[in-house]
Amino acid sequence: MDRPRHQMISPRRGRRGVRSVNRLPGAIIAALAAPAVLLLAGFYAWPVVALVRRAVTADSVRTALHDRSLRDVLWFTTWQALLSTLLTLAVGLVPAWVLSRYEFLGRRWITALVTVPFVLPTVVVGAAFLALLPQSLDQSVAAILIAHVFFNVAVVVRGVGGLWEQLPGDLVAAARTLGASPIRAMREITLPLLAPAIAASASVVFLFTFTSFGVVRILGGPARPTIEVEIWQRATRFGQIGVAAVVSIAQLIVLGVAVLWFARIQARRRQAFGLRPLAERRRPRGVRQRSVVASTCAAIVVAICVPLGALVERSMRAGDGHSLTAWRAVFGDEQPTSRRPTSVSTLDPLGSLFTSLRFMVIATIISVVLGGCVSLAIAALGRSGRVLDTGVMLPLGTSAVTIGFGLVVAFSRSPIDWRAAPLMIPLGHALVATPFVVRVLLPTLRSIDPRQRDAAATLGAAPTRAWREIDLRVIRSPLLTGAGFAAAISLGEFGATTFLTRQGRATLPIAIEQLLGRPGTLLHAQGYVLATVLAVLTFAVISVVEVARGFRRA
Amino acid sequence: MKRSAAVLVSVLVLAACSSDTKSTTTSAPSTTATPSTSTASTSAESTTAGSAAASTDSVTLVAYDSFAVDPSAFDSFTASTGISVSIVTAGDAGTMLSKAALTAGNPEGDVMWGVDNTLLSRALASDVFQPYTSPELSSLAADATALVPGHEATPVDEGDVCINDDIGWFASHDLAVPTTLQDLTDPKYKDLLVVENPATSSPGLAFLLATIAEFGDRADGWQQYWKDLRANGVAVVDSWDIAYEEQFSGSSGKGPRPLVVSYGSSPPAEVIYGDPVPETAPTGVIESTCFHQVEFAGILRGTKHAESAGKLIDFLVSDDFQEQLPLALFVYPVREETSLPPEFVQWAVRPAEPLTVAPDDIEQHSEEWINTWTDLVIR
Repeated sequence: MDRPRHQMISPRRGRRGVRSVNRLPGAIIAALAAPAVLLLAGFYAWPVVALVRRAVTADSVRTALHDRSLRDVLWFTTWQALLSTLLTLAVGLVPAWVLSRYEFLGRRWITALVTVPFVLPTVVVGAAFLALLPQSLDQSVAAILIAHVFFNVAVVVRGVGGLWEQLPGDLVAAARTLGASPIRAMREITLPLLAPAIAASASVVFLFTFTSFGVVRILGGPARPTIEVEIWQRATRFGQIGVAAVVSIAQLIVLGVAVLWFARIQARRRQAFGLRPLAERRRPRGVRQRSVVASTCAAIVVAICVPLGALVERSMRAGDGHSLTAWRAVFGDEQPTSRRPTSVSTLDPLGSLFTSLRFMVIATIISVVLGGCVSLAIAALGRSGRVLDTGVMLPLGTSAVTIGFGLVVAFSRSPIDWRAAPLMIPLGHALVATPFVVRVLLPTLRSIDPRQRDAAATLGAAPTRAWREIDLRVIRSPLLTGAGFAAAISLGEFGATTFLTRQGRATLPIAIEQLLGRPGTLLHAQGYVLATVLAVLTFAVISVVEVARGFRRA
Repeated sequence: MKRSAAVLVSVLVLAACSSDTKSTTTSAPSTTATPSTSTASTSAESTTAGSAAASTDSVTLVAYDSFAVDPSAFDSFTASTGISVSIVTAGDAGTMLSKAALTAGNPEGDVMWGVDNTLLSRALASDVFQPYTSPELSSLAADATALVPGHEATPVDEGDVCINDDIGWFASHDLAVPTTLQDLTDPKYKDLLVVENPATSSPGLAFLLATIAEFGDRADGWQQYWKDLRANGVAVVDSWDIAYEEQFSGSSGKGPRPLVVSYGSSPPAEVIYGDPVPETAPTGVIESTCFHQVEFAGILRGTKHAESAGKLIDFLVSDDFQEQLPLALFVYPVREETSLPPEFVQWAVRPAEPLTVAPDDIEQHSEEWINTWTDLVIR
């Protein structure tokens, strides 16, 4: 069964050949890896180590190991994450296929729309979900799973779609010509070729759902804590920071194993083939294709716009009716009086928009540069790149509480007393966003046919030039996707920001949380105004990226 | 195989560190430097945190993130003492205390605001404060100052966690509003109450403590009470936001339940931030269910500005500052003579004898109580 494919495209032998003939110089690989490694070492590894040294005692290890409820929590966390990942893959592949293989009016808008839920603060979407889900699903595992799919489907659509749109159509066409049914062609040609991207997306979704915090607190209720909730609870409620750190390391170990396993799949199932830097989208033909495309798009629009509509509705709630007072209060037409301030006095809702935008720009630049460089290094390192790959992913799997407290401990002594440094926030965002840039880039980079480089060498190109002409060229499109993701992640990041934020420097998600955290109709409505602004902003950022990708093709 | 890969990576890193001319390594810092300096300059006021850069005439106040006191409230302090105040927020009160405990002796600021009586013992045990006896103590509520006989911290405000009711809902359902904790187990009030999880929410913990104060720390005391509440359909959610906004019928969320654990000062907030501003408060407070909360401020041990920090503590309990607290934080002044805004006089409820539990008992037993509660109510 496997044999024909291997004869057709033989990745392993191909890559070995490349290594000996046309390999990127080690110094360049090191230079590419260095910025990300330094960021990881300084702002991730060191803080975590500092926290462990400061807070973990033999006692806290014993407490953590002997706590039976912790084992229950670990078990629940694991199975809900696995189930969420499978469901997200199941739900995400169809839109990934439609959006990457077909060209139709509004395709880019739909692609941007799919990404919006991923970055909305969980507080906000959780509220919208609570309002929409039937009461019977309230506080159930089903509610958690549905929300996880809703939040993470973008990872699959964008991650798998990114590779799918570059798959050459002739392989499938050949299989069909040889008599394979569409399903068989999908099963035996397309899916195996997509395997690395599917594994990459699955690993991200698994990480996210395993470390889920807000969704679980809002929709799952108190009876179903995840590890992340448990860590937060111990560290901030009971003051057991040592125990929290131990649990956090246990979480990290589980996730490290999972990520390594996913990385192995990605490396094993990697198939080098002639990627087309120009997407091969075609217009849907015939009733069947058209109806598949149309119904997928309709489902996406409904699934995403209904909760978003609920946000808009709540931003206009006033008494028993609706008004635009909250919108006027945010955008400055409503005059405060001493008895009736328009908002929380220390919060500038509109200012939080600009704060968010500023951090977004910085975080995107950092993560694109770092993520881009380190991806190239990982791809060039081949097998040993896996360690680097896993290292880059680890911050995603570490609880925000641990990183937050770690930064506090690590950066508390002069001359590096940076607890209040403004740059810490975008750096924190970049730490979370860089893995996404890497996940989007790697499948494409790894699928470059090494024989292209061989050919370049034969034609007299130096390794650096071959790499520039081949690798750099294909990654421009996924790099833009990665930039969009990074920007969106920075806009929506909440966990790490809560530890680093300062009065007067609240980002949109922080401001939303502050507004929703007090009684008063006007404040709640303003929280939802900002949530709507955040959704629109995300949509705009992703749309700009899509348009930019489009320009290159034209 | 794996080891060789790890060695390779570290060698590569070393190589990159020593050869500093690669364009890729230098480009990242230079692109980020420009925006960061502009960020710093626009919010310079609040960034002078950290004792390193501060001179003697500036102090830093560390507070929980919902500390919504306008910075201009400190103008008169700066004018009279020449000491400027910068504020850093540090997560919710529990997070703030954990951060302070981690860096005890090397604090992020000089004064910390917002440790309440449920956290007080932990704060004292982790040695974050250095004692200070304010000359203003005699003007403050005696029950509050009595909680800190060693003067490690100074009480700054008071409030109550109480069950709120949706007045309109009870009127339209022709049902009397319950008046006691025991009433809530009455089948008349089945499925009407939503509370917060004490493990994750501070009003949730306060309400659990209220029931312990009321019914006693015995199996047939508070534990039986919660079994009865559970049988009567109490809903438990993870945070105040969800309880108040999604489940409670009296807020903008228009949820299904007319009884919620919130604050004694929530009704005036509903009036002040009402849209449109209502004639009367839409929600009420059930007075006998209230648990008393006192918040404290203290000088952080290791401060380099102990004298200025003491002056700031004195200011925090001065009439000038105290009278701003009700509308900023929806709490009561701890200073006895300070007058209240009319909305508070009219709509807030301040029980004469709220329920309370001694801070030491809270610290000693809260984990055990929470675990027992979890087994009883949500497992």
